[in-house]
Amino acid sequence: MTIAIAIIAGVGLVAAIALAVADKYLAVREDPRIGMVTAALPGANCGGCGFPGCDGYARALVAGTAPNGACAAGGDACAAAIAKILGVEATATEKRVALVKCCGTRSEAIRVGDYNGICDCSVAAMTAGGDKGCTYGCLGYGACANVCPKGAISIHDGLAKVDKRLCIGCGKCVTVCPKHIIELVPASATIHVLCANPDKGPNVRKVCGVGCMGCHLCEKNSGGKEAGHFTFQGFLAKVNYANPPTDEQIVAKCPAKCMSVDPHFETGN
Amino acid sequence: MSYYLMILVGAVLVNNFVLSRFLGCCPFLGVSKKLDTALGMSGAVVFVMTVASAVTWCLDHWLLQPNGLGYIHTLAFILVIASLVQFIDIAMKRFLPPLHAALGIFLPLITTNCAVLGAAEINCKQGSGFFESVFFSFAAAVGFGFALVIFSGIREKLAHADPPRCFRGIAIALVTGGLLSLAFMGFSGLVKLPY
Repeated sequence: MTIAIAIIAGVGLVAAIALAVADKYLAVREDPRIGMVTAALPGANCGGCGFPGCDGYARALVAGTAPNGACAAGGDACAAAIAKILGVEATATEKRVALVKCCGTRSEAIRVGDYNGICDCSVAAMTAGGDKGCTYGCLGYGACANVCPKGAISIHDGLAKVDKRLCIGCGKCVTVCPKHIIELVPASATIHVLCANPDKGPNVRKVCGVGCMGCHLCEKNSGGKEAGHFTFQGFLAKVNYANPPTDEQIVAKCPAKCMSVDPHFETGN
Repeated sequence: MSYYLMILVGAVLVNNFVLSRFLGCCPFLGVSKKLDTALGMSGAVVFVMTVASAVTWCLDHWLLQPNGLGYIHTLAFILVIASLVQFIDIAMKRFLPPLHAALGIFLPLITTNCAVLGAAEINCKQGSGFFESVFFSFAAAVGFGFALVIFSGIREKLAHADPPRCFRGIAIALVTGGLLSLAFMGFSGLVKLPY
């Protein structure tokens, strides 16, 4: 009896010491999120997700190769906890929010026809490119607002607007927009060009009162080409978000009035 | 030589760990959805069972039996196998990262898997020699992997099948496992071995 206890205890002690030493001296640094996600998972190692155990699933999640929510045992609470771990990490680096690059409201942009079909941008865009004179502009039928999981987008005066505070930067609206005018921009950038029409100035003017004509004044006023705050695609100015301009004076000096300081609206207002 | 060949055939086909002894059913159902996962799991089981049986043989013959503690071997085996696998996991991650990437994620799953413990138990009960024990464990693990790979191949096909709603998922997998087990019954009597 005593020998049995002594031997089992001795074997256990030796194993424990060996493991402790190994853990200390043979440890490998890895992404701390893997440990956090593993802790958030149920730890049942049921294999129901198709991965070899919770640790395998956690690795795949952190690597971005597995969809969140595959854990049936953990359910929604588990998925939310994982999203928090992975999401907080992503936003901590640089929060990105959606920006609709159009400011042609009903009064500014010319409508070339009456569209009374299904109230969806994709359908409207398929119907002769939509009712807007500018083929690049926001149609305002709310495909982005419908797909937004956070309800951060709403339609104001025929234009989609993003609430910066609610937007989580998931990019679903970017994918769904048939005009491809929604872009994820750094939340810290305040000055934006709200136009997506690269045509020549006179042609833009024919369809919209507030379209970019590519006059390069914003570039000149922000320190010239060397400063690198703007890039140009055809006759369209684009903010270089790797090096965004900070001088808000240039917005007022834009002759086309297509620039704006922080065009994101806030739901509370 | 022929004796070892008989052990191999006996452990892989006749007394297959999963399909005849019903040991290791949990990974058999759990990690058999994809063929590549099944292969990784099989590799890990072969590795762990071979090493674990070597260590448990030493433990049994040098520490437990001389002290008349043969009755306590299950407890001691679980303890030693669990620590050993964890130790291998840590050491492999450090020194053999490619092997760890291939097998490491399966190691915690089979720490005290019944197949691993079962092999050690059978060796202990048979009182076989060191090399015989290690080889039997290796062969049994190969048999486990064999069954797992066959089963995952079937399940990959099964995923596209259209069974009645109540049979979907693990239910049809269990039925398939049972049929596979029946098929392996055909090997009984192929070799006459104590195992």
